[in-house]
Amino acid sequence: MDVWSSLLDGFATAATPANLLYALVGVLLGTAVGVLPGLGPAMTVALLLPVTYALEPTSAFIMFAGIYYGGMYGGSTTSILLNTPGESSSVVTAIEGNKMAKAGRASQALATAAIGSFVAGTIGTALLVLCAPVVVGFAVSLGSPSYFAIMVLALLAVTAVLGTSRVRGFSALGLGLALGLVGMDYTTGQPRLTFGLPLLSDGLDVVVVAVAIFAVGEALWVAAHLRRTASQIIPVGKPWMGRDDWKRSWKPWLRGTAYGFPFGALPAGGAEIPTFLSYVTEKRLTTRPEEFGHGAIEGVAGPEAANNASAAGTLVPMLSLGLPTNATAAVMLAAFTGYGIQPGPLLFDREPQLVWALIASLFIGNALLLLINLPLAPAWARLLQIPRPYLYAGILFFATLGAYSVNLQAFDLAILLVLGLLGFAMRRFGLPVLPLVIGLILGPRAEEQLRKSLQLSGGEVSGLWSEPVAVVVYVIVAVILAWPLLAKLLRRGGSGPSGGSAAGGTTDAPHASGTAALAGGRDPERSLSLSHRSEARA
Amino acid sequence: MSVVVGYVPSPEGEAALEHAMREVAQRATRLVVVNTSRGDALVDQRYAQPDQVRTLEEKLDAAGLEHVLQHTIRGRDAAEEILAAAAEHRAELIVLGLRRRTPVGKLIMGSTAQRVLLDALCPVLAVKAPTS
Repeated sequence: MDVWSSLLDGFATAATPANLLYALVGVLLGTAVGVLPGLGPAMTVALLLPVTYALEPTSAFIMFAGIYYGGMYGGSTTSILLNTPGESSSVVTAIEGNKMAKAGRASQALATAAIGSFVAGTIGTALLVLCAPVVVGFAVSLGSPSYFAIMVLALLAVTAVLGTSRVRGFSALGLGLALGLVGMDYTTGQPRLTFGLPLLSDGLDVVVVAVAIFAVGEALWVAAHLRRTASQIIPVGKPWMGRDDWKRSWKPWLRGTAYGFPFGALPAGGAEIPTFLSYVTEKRLTTRPEEFGHGAIEGVAGPEAANNASAAGTLVPMLSLGLPTNATAAVMLAAFTGYGIQPGPLLFDREPQLVWALIASLFIGNALLLLINLPLAPAWARLLQIPRPYLYAGILFFATLGAYSVNLQAFDLAILLVLGLLGFAMRRFGLPVLPLVIGLILGPRAEEQLRKSLQLSGGEVSGLWSEPVAVVVYVIVAVILAWPLLAKLLRRGGSGPSGGSAAGGTTDAPHASGTAALAGGRDPERSLSLSHRSEARA
Repeated sequence: MSVVVGYVPSPEGEAALEHAMREVAQRATRLVVVNTSRGDALVDQRYAQPDQVRTLEEKLDAAGLEHVLQHTIRGRDAAEEILAAAAEHRAELIVLGLRRRTPVGKLIMGSTAQRVLLDALCPVLAVKAPTS
């Protein structure tokens, strides 16, 4: 069956009234959590997982896809109107977007963000349709050693390339891998890290861990640090764009898409680096440099397109390899397992209906998001008037209900609380949450591949690099690990890797991130998080 | 003695302020302007932003009235803040702006004006926004 007929079948499944309704619920929820800072699509999907176990997997995933894309849309509204990014991926949008809003051009900023997201999301999803089967075709030929190598790459890249500090990243990864080890060893049947508790021998339920880290940890953090502030939101009418705005926006949209998609598809993708690169590029290419810093529409259009394209890109490794590269993808992967679906390259063969309905629903969700976000942006902004204690009380309620309903065991509530405290402590000490979640979900699967390849080679360690792909991947891993040292040597050699940021979209992730860090160092006040990273790397 | 006014940057708030200023001029006493937010939501449209505070100060200075501006976020309700200010400054009058509330909205969210009316020890003057 070729791609187009599969996709059309997917549309047929996704366009049933019930599934359309789930898509609508998903995009509404996603936009809501995207608008609210501190809440994200990963937390929402985790909270909804136990509820959706009663649904058809296809409907549940259509809803999750809506939440995922909706979260990417919603973040921009808060960035533009309040200068408080709703999501880390819309940090860059706030730079020009809020200036535009203050200059009375809020409606144009919201419009270019929404339409740019739609354009980028649609192109990104189309690229996903084209890329995923190719990657699958390549992936089925890979053996366990290569899989293990790719998973190691993903774990390391997420840890070392994103985030502010490698030490903190690796600590979080270690915690995640350790949590993933809890339970019965599936080959030998030995209990591991169960502390003699029979209830732990089944392992920790990923849903409980995710809900604890994302929801309980965040709620405790907000409760401990409730900063009493009250700002006003910039009043705005219906978003619209003039002819001139269209002319200035369409190129940044396309360039942002070109940055976002490959970065999303890479194991260490994320949306932060491409949005930042897109901002830097637009600043360099603009014909009106005097407007940058005072509300240039290009600085909103490019990054917003980049973050939606990267959201689509993230789904390539998620669906074709079973590799999550951000928190939402990780939780969605856990959902696959919860439904008894094995993620990985065989997913397209075994569950074609689910996968293609999911992809089709991304197109539908994107269109729905444009329809509900363009006229309703001011209404969404009113969500910010909800007192946070009410909001987090509700989240804790759903977290507890969800954690209990997975297995109907009171013991899970104890785990929820303990891991919620862990999530709080991680936020307190600046440990990133993403490596923990990825480690927890990918760790056991990486172990499985490791054991398999060692069994195949009869226990010989050299069996781990018996395939050419594995060798190449290990070389990349070595480069990532040695990157800080290499960068230092290069800089001392006088020829720093600056000037490479324009080509950064196509080069490998660590290099481009190094350039982003350098660029961040050049104008430090522009991007706090990225210049932090450059300090950590220097 | 003083006149306490609960101020919000809205037509009702401005109307209340106008009346309070008139009362203060007649009574030759001090004006206490209270603008507050509980600060637990990210956005509170009733809390005056720096530029609004500046216009407010300019307006009060131009009128040449003795005044105190109480602009705080302490996690307390507006009604509590107004009553506390009234007690502290020995208010002889509290001025409030009233807006239209639906019965359901009042049932769920309560009403600042109602609490001030019930708990105040001095007369309360309720002002509505001028209808155009």
